[in-house]
Amino acid sequence: MSAGKTVGVSGNRLARALLYSVLIVFAVYYLLPLYVMLVNSVKPLDEIRQGNMLALPDVFTLEPWARAWSSAQIGVQPTGLKPYFFNSILMVVPAVAISTVLGALNGYVLTKWRFRGDDIVFGLILLSCFIPFQIALIPAARILGMLGIAGTTQGLVLIHVVYGLGFTTLFFRNYYAAFPTELVRAAQIDGAGFFQIFRRILLPSSAPIIVVTVIWQFTNIWNDFLFGVSFGDFDSQPMTVALNNLVSSSGGVKEYNVHFAGAILAALPTLVVYIVSGRYFVRGLMAGAVKG
Amino acid sequence: MAFLKIDNLRKSFGKVDVLKGIDLEIEEGGFLVLVGPSGCGKSTLLNTIAGLEPITSGSISINGKVVNDLHPSQRDIAMVFQSYALYPNMTVAENIGFGMEIRGVPKAERDAAIAKVAETLQIGALLNRKPSQLSGGQRQRVAMGRALVRDPMVFLFDEPLSNLDAKLRVDMRTEIKRLHQRMGTTIVYVTHDQIEAMTLATKIAVLKDGVLQQFGTPAEIYNTPNNLFVADFMGSPSMNLIPAKVKASGGDVAIMMERDEGEPLALPFAGANGALAGRDGQNVVFGIRPEALTDPDSADRNARHVSELDCDIEVIEPAGSDTFAVTRLGGREIVARLRADAPISAGQTARLAFNLDKALLFDPETEARIV
Repeated sequence: MSAGKTVGVSGNRLARALLYSVLIVFAVYYLLPLYVMLVNSVKPLDEIRQGNMLALPDVFTLEPWARAWSSAQIGVQPTGLKPYFFNSILMVVPAVAISTVLGALNGYVLTKWRFRGDDIVFGLILLSCFIPFQIALIPAARILGMLGIAGTTQGLVLIHVVYGLGFTTLFFRNYYAAFPTELVRAAQIDGAGFFQIFRRILLPSSAPIIVVTVIWQFTNIWNDFLFGVSFGDFDSQPMTVALNNLVSSSGGVKEYNVHFAGAILAALPTLVVYIVSGRYFVRGLMAGAVKG
Repeated sequence: MAFLKIDNLRKSFGKVDVLKGIDLEIEEGGFLVLVGPSGCGKSTLLNTIAGLEPITSGSISINGKVVNDLHPSQRDIAMVFQSYALYPNMTVAENIGFGMEIRGVPKAERDAAIAKVAETLQIGALLNRKPSQLSGGQRQRVAMGRALVRDPMVFLFDEPLSNLDAKLRVDMRTEIKRLHQRMGTTIVYVTHDQIEAMTLATKIAVLKDGVLQQFGTPAEIYNTPNNLFVADFMGSPSMNLIPAKVKASGGDVAIMMERDEGEPLALPFAGANGALAGRDGQNVVFGIRPEALTDPDSADRNARHVSELDCDIEVIEPAGSDTFAVTRLGGREIVARLRADAPISAGQTARLAFNLDKALLFDPETEARIV
């Protein structure tokens, strides 16, 4: 009996060791590109040219970061990524905020103020999650032109809000479907109106799904390239487009260290958002999935 | 003068008729219990009174004023929900005060009202807690506090005790009854528990499939149920309903019931000759409650018509205060309620007294009561 137990435990240990080695191999595999980027972004260009990408820097320098940020050649202007970083911020923050608020309101109406045909409306909104970006480019360009906001940050915000609405509505609808309707009824009897119920009863309980939605929208919009390159001008192009212009500019030498630094700069905000609220991300997704 | 009056109320969800013409009324200070099996429409009826569901046709009036088109908050009602529906992000005090806050009542006045209700319900120590920190019984009290603080014309209770454990349920039942006696406010109360209905109500409405089966005092519902459904639904253990035949010869009427062995049982039925005239040979359903079928010693001395007969006892179920004996008549299991120490055992033949004053006859086709 006790012998059998010992065998079981040691077998367990072996399996666990195996499991961990596989996990570590995968982790290293996925972290390797980040390592290469980091290491090479703090080397002088000569050192990279010598060919050993994996070696730690002999001479440590932050100059490539400074160049990528404020003086590298982007297209024809030596502006660095700085202005585009702020373009991205100016686009992402309102787009995420508006699409999250509208998604929450949609979810609230679709679950707690149901009307005839609400399932069809939800189905149509959901459909927008499956439409590829490329199909919408020409109609979107026409609408932006008609509204007179082509090439502006507002135009990009509008496109991202419209495109994100399907996902944010889906998230909030599934979350609120599990929210007890009796609470809404109690608040109605207490005399609370449509927005009062939303603000005082539903929103305080929505933190997990708000985090999920914000992460999702932030990552998608920040990383978007197609809409940015199609509908952005110099003063509205986002970071992703600028990074592409930095890396693929044809004149002069390829400054790999600056490219690496620029790429990390471009990825940094999403990384920060994940690290700060990643815990809630998993928890929120689970909550929506299981109860919804 | 009816205080709450419901007139020919109909409610449909699409093509499905949930309420099919309900007429009810209750006087001021009355306690109306809506009772019925799941899906009978009782909760929908309560929601229409609250204004949470729009009605298809008919009218609802409170204190002489038609409230059909009024918003729930303007009907002067308060509701206690089955799940308690306490706002999870607010403390107990905020929960109770939320309605007043929305209506713009000043903070000092609000706090005074909350304190008063908290004292009535003995939840003063809980005021700063969140609902998640409360037990089931405490949540129940807070939910009632939220209703009480409104001081409404009508209280609506939607199965408020069904989430509590058995002992607490009985305690809270008593408490609700005491509260009603003290406050004297009109109450409409939904339950599927017929004991709750009997103990609390001044008037009971029994519903089935969206149709009002019977509306009356608890005694009326219990003693003279309109039909087989009400007879079977109310009372625990439920009424014995036995297939039987009418035998009328001369002026005497008897009810004949088949037995598994031996002669059919013949019970002289002197009660209502008129109603049974011309029913000779017809099938009826003979209904008798377990307490009207007992050992001869504990039979009701004031009853005018008692028949004593020998029955084969199949099972004995001692319940402490009573002993239930199961026998068989007309192919059905029949429960008799005997005193606790009745000298009786399973497998024997025992003499049982049928109190025919309390017996009822139903038409098996229409299911309506004949006598």
